[in-house]
Amino acid sequence: MSATMDKGGGFRAWLNKRLPVDQFVADQLTGYYAPKNFNIWYFFGSLALLVFVMQIVTGIFVTMHFKAGEASAFNSVEYLRREVPYGWLLQYMHAVGASFFFIVVYLHMARAFLYGSYKGPRELLWVIGMLIYLALMAEAFMGYVLPYGNMSYWGAQVIINLFGTIPGIGPDLVEWIRGDYGIGDATLTRFFSLHVVALPFVIALLIALHLVALRQTGSNNPDGIEIKENLGADGKPKDGIPFHPYYTLKDIVGVGLFLTAFAIVVFFVPTFGGLFMEGPNFEPANPSSTPEHIAPVWYFTPYYAILRAVPDQKMGALLMALSVVAFLFLPWLDRAKNKSIRYRGLASKILLGTFFVTFLMLMWLGLKPADGIYVLLARIFTVLYFAFYILLPFVSKADGNGPVPERVTYHAH
Amino acid sequence: MSDHAADDTVPEVDESRRKFLIAATAGTGAVGAVLTAVPFVASWKPSESARAAGLPTEVDLSLMEPGQMTTHFWRKQQIYVVKRTPEMLASLTSHDAELKDPTSLKSDQPEYAKNAARAIKPEILVLIGTCTHLGCLPKTRFTPGDATVMANWPGGFFCPCHGSKFDLAGRVFEGSPASVNLKVPPYSFEGDNKLVIGVDATAAKGVA
Repeated sequence: MSATMDKGGGFRAWLNKRLPVDQFVADQLTGYYAPKNFNIWYFFGSLALLVFVMQIVTGIFVTMHFKAGEASAFNSVEYLRREVPYGWLLQYMHAVGASFFFIVVYLHMARAFLYGSYKGPRELLWVIGMLIYLALMAEAFMGYVLPYGNMSYWGAQVIINLFGTIPGIGPDLVEWIRGDYGIGDATLTRFFSLHVVALPFVIALLIALHLVALRQTGSNNPDGIEIKENLGADGKPKDGIPFHPYYTLKDIVGVGLFLTAFAIVVFFVPTFGGLFMEGPNFEPANPSSTPEHIAPVWYFTPYYAILRAVPDQKMGALLMALSVVAFLFLPWLDRAKNKSIRYRGLASKILLGTFFVTFLMLMWLGLKPADGIYVLLARIFTVLYFAFYILLPFVSKADGNGPVPERVTYHAH
Repeated sequence: MSDHAADDTVPEVDESRRKFLIAATAGTGAVGAVLTAVPFVASWKPSESARAAGLPTEVDLSLMEPGQMTTHFWRKQQIYVVKRTPEMLASLTSHDAELKDPTSLKSDQPEYAKNAARAIKPEILVLIGTCTHLGCLPKTRFTPGDATVMANWPGGFFCPCHGSKFDLAGRVFEGSPASVNLKVPPYSFEGDNKLVIGVDATAAKGVA
């Protein structure tokens, strides 16, 4: 400790005596060893943090023009888009940022599925991550309601009414959430408060916990073997390299690629063909006119497809909730000895591949109308979705125990 | 210093007393925290003005043609009022076997509307125009035999969101995602032609 504290003279020494800046950098960056075999999947953690910061910054500026309220919300967003200098850019960055947040988070989660990053000793790291995901879903939902377009209104109607299916307390709960007999001023102002104040705080706190838990266990890697079990003479992992400068530099490449893609969407296709911002949301909310086809934004559609696939309303809502909550139990459902898919058998690979395809198919089906062949497909993929969680304990136990290498596989470039 | 030497000996700790004090302090604190949460939670309930805006709505039925539907707002909900023709009423008897809840046992309606026509006066149907599935507005499909809705369609309501189908008494058809019939709001009549939505028939004076 004193070695770093004494470094430098004058102001730096004065500062470090009062605030452990150098110590923090040494502990968390230059002295934090991460596996040397990270691949492209390892971009998405730092990118998720980047999008979070971008959403906070654009959010602060969008909030300066937004007026929560039935009569004012839609007009204030239109005013921001049309009359405020660069207001269109702020609004598009914030709205497109929400979709990019979910793209990054889904890829980050897929990485954990591939390399078993949720398995012990990282169960809590995964659970905290899933709590971030849940908070993010609430944050995104409320953010979608706030501009009070017609899809905002009807989407909120559908989602809030889901709580009405809870036996006994349902109807009172719905009234309590809305603060009125229907969606109105009270609903918008409380959603605004939660979206701008409460949930960002919760998400920031959970991100901090996620990082603390990550520092405690260290990162997993594509081989799924613990680098801490193979220490060199200096007590550092033989297969580890300091996070800074090696991975900070690598992440900057990821940031560059990400911002390029983000800018292309924001400037050229901000609505992304109705996927990131839906057509009916460019009309004001109208309680006497349901859009012909209500679909949530793409990142919620896998669960929405499950909800609609079930012919019984309560059962549908229950399965939908279960399909989200199931992620939390993953660390205990996967009973393989090996973490990474690289060292699991064909059955595990087929199972995981099917799950990825199922998730994407449900995502697509949730955007389609609920009739004819789409209902049948949604039912088939709903069964496959839950089949993954039911089969995982057996498949993982049966074919996830082969030999693993002692050291990570790594090829110098 | 030496005067205080005796004070340096640690007195024996009364563990059970300490445990009791910790439990009592924590318990009192917890009760206080829960009680403090009450006003915060209660602040989410409908405000006084929201409640006042939920006053009854009156409808003049003499302006309605037979077979016509009008919509009204009561408590931020759309209320459908249909003046049913004898043919419409006759259509209700034909399809009980295709309904999820033909006698409205599982559904939500006032006692006085828990009958075959789901109404006080059979020719006046009053419904909350909110799909019991997830709250969209069911659209009118009153033409019998409309094959775009389903085969042998008797006339009724169709929800465009998730495809729930209801007959002309708001009863839900099998194969719909909604599990119960459209709700009937509390209502009553004042005289022959004035419908009051939001006042129970049992509470109003001089009504059948």
